[in-house]
Amino acid sequence: MNRLLTAACAAALLVPLSACSLTQSNKPAAQGGQGTINVDSSSDKCDLTTSKAPSGNVVFKVKNTGNEVTEFYLYGEDGMRIVGEIENIGPGLSRDLVVRTPPGKYVTACKPGMKGQGIRNAFEVTDSGKDTDIKGVDQAAINQATSQYAAYVKDQSQELVDQTTEFATLYKNGEDDKARALFPLARGHWERIETVAESFGDLDPRMDLREADLEKGQKWTGWHRIEKDLWPPASGYRAMTPAQRATFVDDLLANTKVLDKRVQTLDYTVDQIGNGSKGLLDEVASGKITGEEDIWSHTDLWDFQANVDGARVGYEGLKPLLDVKDPALSKQIQTAFDALQVQLDKYKTGDDSFVFYDKVTEAQRKDLSDAVNALAEPLSKMTGAITL
Amino acid sequence: MTPDPQDTPRPGAFSRRRLLGAAGAGALAVGAAGVGGWAYGHESEEPPHGVDEARYPFEGTHQAGITTPAQDRLHFAAFDVRTDSRDELIDLLKKWTVAARQMTAGQSVGGSLPTPYDAPPNDTGEAIGLNAAGLTLTFGFGPTLFSLDGKDRFGLQDRRPEALRELPHFPADNLDPNRSNGDLCVQACAHDPQVAVHAIRNLARIGFGTVALRWAQLGFGRTSSTSTKQVTARNLLGFKDGTANLKAEDKANIDKFVWVGEGDDARADWLAGGSYLVARRINMHIEPWDRTSLSEQETLIGRDREEGAPLSGGKEFTEPDFTVQGREGPLIAVDSHVRLAHQSTNNGVRLLRRGYNFTDGSNALGRLDAGLFFIAFVRNPDEMYIPMQNQLSSRDALMEYLQHTGSGLFAVPPGVRSKDDWIGSELFA
Repeated sequence: MNRLLTAACAAALLVPLSACSLTQSNKPAAQGGQGTINVDSSSDKCDLTTSKAPSGNVVFKVKNTGNEVTEFYLYGEDGMRIVGEIENIGPGLSRDLVVRTPPGKYVTACKPGMKGQGIRNAFEVTDSGKDTDIKGVDQAAINQATSQYAAYVKDQSQELVDQTTEFATLYKNGEDDKARALFPLARGHWERIETVAESFGDLDPRMDLREADLEKGQKWTGWHRIEKDLWPPASGYRAMTPAQRATFVDDLLANTKVLDKRVQTLDYTVDQIGNGSKGLLDEVASGKITGEEDIWSHTDLWDFQANVDGARVGYEGLKPLLDVKDPALSKQIQTAFDALQVQLDKYKTGDDSFVFYDKVTEAQRKDLSDAVNALAEPLSKMTGAITL
Repeated sequence: MTPDPQDTPRPGAFSRRRLLGAAGAGALAVGAAGVGGWAYGHESEEPPHGVDEARYPFEGTHQAGITTPAQDRLHFAAFDVRTDSRDELIDLLKKWTVAARQMTAGQSVGGSLPTPYDAPPNDTGEAIGLNAAGLTLTFGFGPTLFSLDGKDRFGLQDRRPEALRELPHFPADNLDPNRSNGDLCVQACAHDPQVAVHAIRNLARIGFGTVALRWAQLGFGRTSSTSTKQVTARNLLGFKDGTANLKAEDKANIDKFVWVGEGDDARADWLAGGSYLVARRINMHIEPWDRTSLSEQETLIGRDREEGAPLSGGKEFTEPDFTVQGREGPLIAVDSHVRLAHQSTNNGVRLLRRGYNFTDGSNALGRLDAGLFFIAFVRNPDEMYIPMQNQLSSRDALMEYLQHTGSGLFAVPPGVRSKDDWIGSELFA
């Protein structure tokens, strides 16, 4: 993106330099408003324009005027409990920290070089009379959400190993009808935790690459390679030999087991869970709605449902936190999940089966897409609302 | 005649550009001087540098974007309402009002309030560093908002204006349902296409869950002038378009032909001060047209291409004289566009046109997918648009080069009148 902008500016020599820098800076419009506290973080100073603010949403606009990467923290009175933080501010950059803060005494800290206790100052939040029901989030609720989510990922991963094992046997034995029936069900466990699985940059391309994603010369392995063999195109395709089948499906199974081993030790933060839920809806919007995911089997709706299931688990885990921070948003998300499920249910042909996606009309796809937009938009605000 | 204050651009107090500091302040000063000069042409009709600094007040008796001097760019969008809840619909109209107020003032959506770093920003960002660029946002309600398949969706059925019905089929229509109709519409006009697109994108985003985008159209150049201070623009046929258009300065005729009056429609008193918006996507068969002789082109239009004068003689603004005879009959042919669209063959009726040239690239045959996105504002489509279009569609020789591919009719409520008011409040009162 930056490269494009630079190129555009370089090409448009007639454009005054200032115009290019305007475009390129791409800063948020805000230069502070009422209630914004400017923080000047240099190598040896942490200057705030004021040491007091009224309760409510307090905005710290942190500018790094030093030459090291800096961080800014708002601690509770004990100087230990983190109320809000903003990390990784490069030299010369500004970043906003927005914290919903009840009245009380606090400590601010800049950490140039990202180390040590930082340069600390006392800070006070006075009672504005507004936002009287600001509630902190209970650490126990956070712990419960993150441990529940970790358990869910492990559970799905285990199911994925089990069903991929079964699938491998069917596929190697040439029981193609049974393999085709199990294909979307086994994949569902992958799709429910897709954002976690995709975080392993080495495994994802080996396991879930689509033919259209291949680079020239890249070897194609994984689910979609096998999908094409089970639902071959009418002409121009040479079926795999039994030996080839074994090679490909054993490779898939081996990678699935590596994935399973890795997720056993993963921990999650609430923002990872929140962003993961949003990410699963992005997967639906970009791959499933268009029918690009399962171009041979047309089992996109199974994947669609599994992505939504995974996103819903993420939301439900965070719901106790969100209900405290932003109950209206929580209700909006819940309603949108329900509405999307009503849409999906129209295409169910059984407990675990759906209409094939090539039978879904353009108008129906738009209805599904509208329902995804209706959910993804509020869901995209969940993480920010919880971490505020 | 003095135009409504609403149509007079004014320098604002606070803009996206100004927030960027010294550079912005400089530009604003240039713009403030430039705007008055251009849009209301005290000295010159040429847009000076910085014309995009123009800013039109959002509030007024009527919505902006109707008699406002037609801006250069358009992004028009039609939406389907996806909720059954009247409250949700009202809530959206209130949110749209807030956002429209901000964007037409050159501000970001959500004002200047920072959002948490872990949250998506309120504003999508592509207009940062740009100013209002004369943005106007004009909202309308389609017939299907009032009832759909016989169902009264929001308790509005009894308040549907009499004339608000799906437009009838006109001869030679080839309408694409995916480019037609809609429950709501928003017309975004600006001097900068990025500002117009930004506005529709952000309104659509705010609406997700309550409404869904049904279709949209970009227009890259105005084909109408709505002020006597504007030069008449050309359409893609290469001819000046809308010379005889109603202009903001002609207040008596604007009142007569554009604004719905008190008592016009007993069941829809809420529409008084509003108007009807007719939208027609008219594709032009560009390549065959370009192979047509100038003589044929001018005969079809009824005006000369260079000056825009009627073929009966004179200059652009000379009234056409349909009685003047040449060797083979009237100089302005009986099936010419000018004659059939003229008020004298339409019961004295006039329109306020606000159309835009469009091209959506090329079609599968490698031809330009281009034409005129026709927009007109009328007091009553039954009297002022439908008879005229029937006449044009059946008799206008120019139709050989035109095909209507999209259509919509919307009731445009009056303006937002105060800080607490919102779009369509009269309808839901």
